[in-house]
Amino acid sequence: MIADHLPALQVVVPLLAAPLMMLVRRGTFAWLVAVAVSWTTLAIAFALAVKVREVGVISYAMGNWPPPWGIEYRVDALNSFVLVLVSLVASVVAPYARTSVAAELPRDQHYLVFTMFSLCLAGLLGITITGDAFNLFVFLEISSLSTYVLIALGRNRRALLAAYQYLVLGTIGATFYIIGVGLLYLMTGTLNLADMAQRLRDVHEMRPVLAALAFITAGVGLKLALFPLHFWLPNAYAYAPSAITSFLAASATKVSVYVLLRYYFLIFGVPLVFGRLPMAEVLIGLSVLAVVSASLVAVFQRDLKRMFAYSSVAQIGYITMGMGLANKAGMTGAVVHLFNHGITKGAIFLLLGGVALRVGSTSLERVAGLAKTMPLTSFGIVLGGMSLIGVPGTAGFISKWYLVLGAIEHGYWGLAVLLVVSSLIAVAYVWRFVEVAYFREPEPGAARLAEAPGSMLIPAWIMVAACVYFGLDTSLPLDGARAAAALLLGGAP
Amino acid sequence: MSFPGHYTYWVTIFLMIAGLYIVIARGNLVKKLIGLGIFQTSVYLLYIAPGKLIGGTAPILAASFHTYSNPLPHVLILTAIVVGVATLALGLAIVVRIREAYDTIEEDEILEKDRAEEAEE
Amino acid sequence: MLLAALFIPALGALAIAACDRWPDLRETVTLVTAGSLLYCVLSLLGPVLGGAQPQVMLVQMLPGIALSLRIEPLGMLFALVASTLWIVNSIYSIGYMRANREPHQTRFYVCFALALACTMGIAFSANLLTLYLFYEALTLITYPLVTHHGDDEARRGGRLYLGYLLATSIVFLLPAIVITWAVAGTLEFKAGGILGGGVSNAAIGGLLALYMFGIGKAALMPFHRWLPAAMVAPTPVSALLHAVAVVKAGVFSVVKVVVYVFGVERIAGLASVEWLPFVAGFTIIAASIVALRSDNLKRRLAYSTVSQLSYIVLSVSLLAPLSVVGAALHIAAHAVSKITLFFAAGAIYTASHKTEVSQLDGIGRRMPWTLGAFAVGALSLIGVPPAVGFVSKWFIFQGAAATGHYLVMAVLGVSALLNAAYFLPILYAAFFKAPAQGADHGEAPLTMVIALCATASLTVGLFFYPQIPLALARQLAGF
Repeated sequence: MIADHLPALQVVVPLLAAPLMMLVRRGTFAWLVAVAVSWTTLAIAFALAVKVREVGVISYAMGNWPPPWGIEYRVDALNSFVLVLVSLVASVVAPYARTSVAAELPRDQHYLVFTMFSLCLAGLLGITITGDAFNLFVFLEISSLSTYVLIALGRNRRALLAAYQYLVLGTIGATFYIIGVGLLYLMTGTLNLADMAQRLRDVHEMRPVLAALAFITAGVGLKLALFPLHFWLPNAYAYAPSAITSFLAASATKVSVYVLLRYYFLIFGVPLVFGRLPMAEVLIGLSVLAVVSASLVAVFQRDLKRMFAYSSVAQIGYITMGMGLANKAGMTGAVVHLFNHGITKGAIFLLLGGVALRVGSTSLERVAGLAKTMPLTSFGIVLGGMSLIGVPGTAGFISKWYLVLGAIEHGYWGLAVLLVVSSLIAVAYVWRFVEVAYFREPEPGAARLAEAPGSMLIPAWIMVAACVYFGLDTSLPLDGARAAAALLLGGAP
Repeated sequence: MSFPGHYTYWVTIFLMIAGLYIVIARGNLVKKLIGLGIFQTSVYLLYIAPGKLIGGTAPILAASFHTYSNPLPHVLILTAIVVGVATLALGLAIVVRIREAYDTIEEDEILEKDRAEEAEE
Repeated sequence: MLLAALFIPALGALAIAACDRWPDLRETVTLVTAGSLLYCVLSLLGPVLGGAQPQVMLVQMLPGIALSLRIEPLGMLFALVASTLWIVNSIYSIGYMRANREPHQTRFYVCFALALACTMGIAFSANLLTLYLFYEALTLITYPLVTHHGDDEARRGGRLYLGYLLATSIVFLLPAIVITWAVAGTLEFKAGGILGGGVSNAAIGGLLALYMFGIGKAALMPFHRWLPAAMVAPTPVSALLHAVAVVKAGVFSVVKVVVYVFGVERIAGLASVEWLPFVAGFTIIAASIVALRSDNLKRRLAYSTVSQLSYIVLSVSLLAPLSVVGAALHIAAHAVSKITLFFAAGAIYTASHKTEVSQLDGIGRRMPWTLGAFAVGALSLIGVPPAVGFVSKWFIFQGAAATGHYLVMAVLGVSALLNAAYFLPILYAAFFKAPAQGADHGEAPLTMVIALCATASLTVGLFFYPQIPLALARQLAGF
């Protein structure tokens, strides 16, 4: 009975939890609920992933209105993978958040953080699971609005401006998206994505469809921080509360990437996007710029959170690059990098949260000698950094392997070279941290700094361990990614 | 297929561009939000206008009516309006907080203060 | 047993870390670990000599590519050399680290043990990906050892070290592996190579270049600068890692790639691979000349290492069975000889704090054992019998003669002269010149002297009893 309604519960559970927390207004209660909710969503996501593997596609008619008229929730190999990623990140961040939030925010705001966290989770899961273009917009706005609140809660006053800028750009992005959907609706008369894909085959040469593609690309591109639409991201990540940064960095942009993947490959289709339009060249070109320029900017940052935020822009470039390659290896690389970058960046930002808590800042000058005062945290950041570089034995290597393979299969030798050279830029910024943390002496007075509390360190290290584990035994994410890539490219898995 | 025949589109596009222009060109945070509101409004029009058929009525099944207007865009746009209101409210709330923190709502002055603060560090 | 070779040093590292507070116990643990590793490797030796190739698969890393280990003759030889010398080196380290009152000794021993674990991983890797994994891990784990002193100079050296090794491995080696995978569909090391006929000869030349320069640890010019830079490390590190484990991991990979990925027969006689002997030959000569001009003893030894490594690359690039045997033998020969030289350099530094060649006048009279061992190592590298360097050079020479590479023979001859030119003056000054002033010091601590005498006698011993390495090398070359 319940098993049939899992797709709905995936979204409804966190969605209903939010008003409950709002009513009770107790920080501890809200935290407990948030943990329970995120773990429940993880369990549901896993159950769905297992079921998808057995039966293929799960279609769930919301409120029993049959698609294409009603809203359909549709789970397949691709989005079950993203569901697992998002709920996994949430399940790790939620237990961590209590100490981190308690240290960073005044007491009366605690319940708010968890309410918004829960709402944001509901939005992200909703975007992923829904099979309806307009419903997707609604969830996009639910997650975005809660994100703006979360960022604005940051203790530095610059967080406010960061939130405001993100709000303006995010709203423009969402509106662009909905303009695109409107045009598609005018052309096809349906909002159900699967149905839309069917009907678009008849009209795909017409100009409104192309305009829709442009609007959706620009809109979703803003949300996923596709170069050069990434200017909101570094500030937003740098000034949001630490726990929130980790959650957003690991999941929010990934969900937007998923939306773009879905529109390009399953709705507009490869012949239109990559055949008639030069989107492959556009995507790869922008990705190259993202990877190179954002990595270079990251090297010169003075604040660790900003440094790794810029690195996120670069890493998203890898994902879109794999998308642009549009062959099997490239797509596998893109999808698996969604996951790998999610856990890697999640781990790093969780550890940085500990740094912010103990040191009071994440600026590079202040973390001198961190390896002495917080050895576990420093070492975790180094391991995460290696995953960003793509050192074999870490998750990042697997993504890079597939991306290079994809580039070579296409005969894009220059791109393959660029991929590997860009790893070297990652070495440069990761090693800036290493040299400061390991070779400089701690500032006087910093000697009594202790390691981050266990409630933060343990979740963070779970993520770090995942980075290494999924670099060695890759079957779990890789099978998911290969199935997703096969689905996107329309072949048998 | 004439200019007047498409005039709803022209209005839509005008609102869209005007809204975006305000967002980009104005430094005042509240004015930016107003621009954003106009921009979003253009979308409402984009959805609603094509749903109307000349001579069509509300979709209430009755023997005397044969042409109906499409009700779905209205429903969708109701939702979109709610979203728009929420965004605007949140945006204004943030602007209030910004004014409390910076004592101004002009973007360039805020950035100036941030830079000054950075220079002190 | 095969897995144990990896896990013994790794677990040893844990135990060493646990014994942080009790230095004596910590060093006992190090020695016990080293001893059990040698025992483990020796117990594997018998079956391998008998022709067996035990293997074990760890995990499936990528579809079709597992993280797996297999012992073949060359890996056995490399593991044998590294694990034997680790024991000697541990004894030496204890003396060196204590006498020089080095900080962070626990970190030193832990990283050392982990580096050995990675070395075993490289030696026993069954495919390119496993090799690459341990290769990179070795780079990263030795970084703390290179930068042990933590001062600006160490940091600069560490940056060069890491920069060169990571850059070459990521920019050249990784694409080479990916291309190999894309072309051959497998990364397993197989006798006779895996490339097959599907690759054009020009492409093979390019791929070979990617591998040769990608394996930066082999220090082929122009990617050799990391090795002198790594000399900022404490001497035991330079001795074991930068004369044995790390650099040998480089040339070992070179030999393995040429023999098991390309296949000697597949690429023999191809015009597109003819450039390799020239690059290697150039490196030999150029590095020797630089060595000649360096006054710093460790730096001179480092450039000598660069030059000697290219012997191995050169001889394998001749693509004749005899020269492959020579290459494999030279891995062992150079290891024992060069570690002796580094030990001696460290002993000199410990006893007298002298680092420059020009300061060594008359030191042989004060430290007869140390300088005696130094003489043995130096003669071995010049190629004078009865030292093991002669054996390997003999085979390389024969290989060159058999394939008619007269230029190579000339290079070998000139370089032997150059070797003599940069080693013999040291010996002359040490034994025959009068000491500059009344320096007051004796021999280095006993453990260090024991260690360097052990390696020196090994250098000579292997000349008379080269059976085991020779047997393994012959198995590799297949005759």
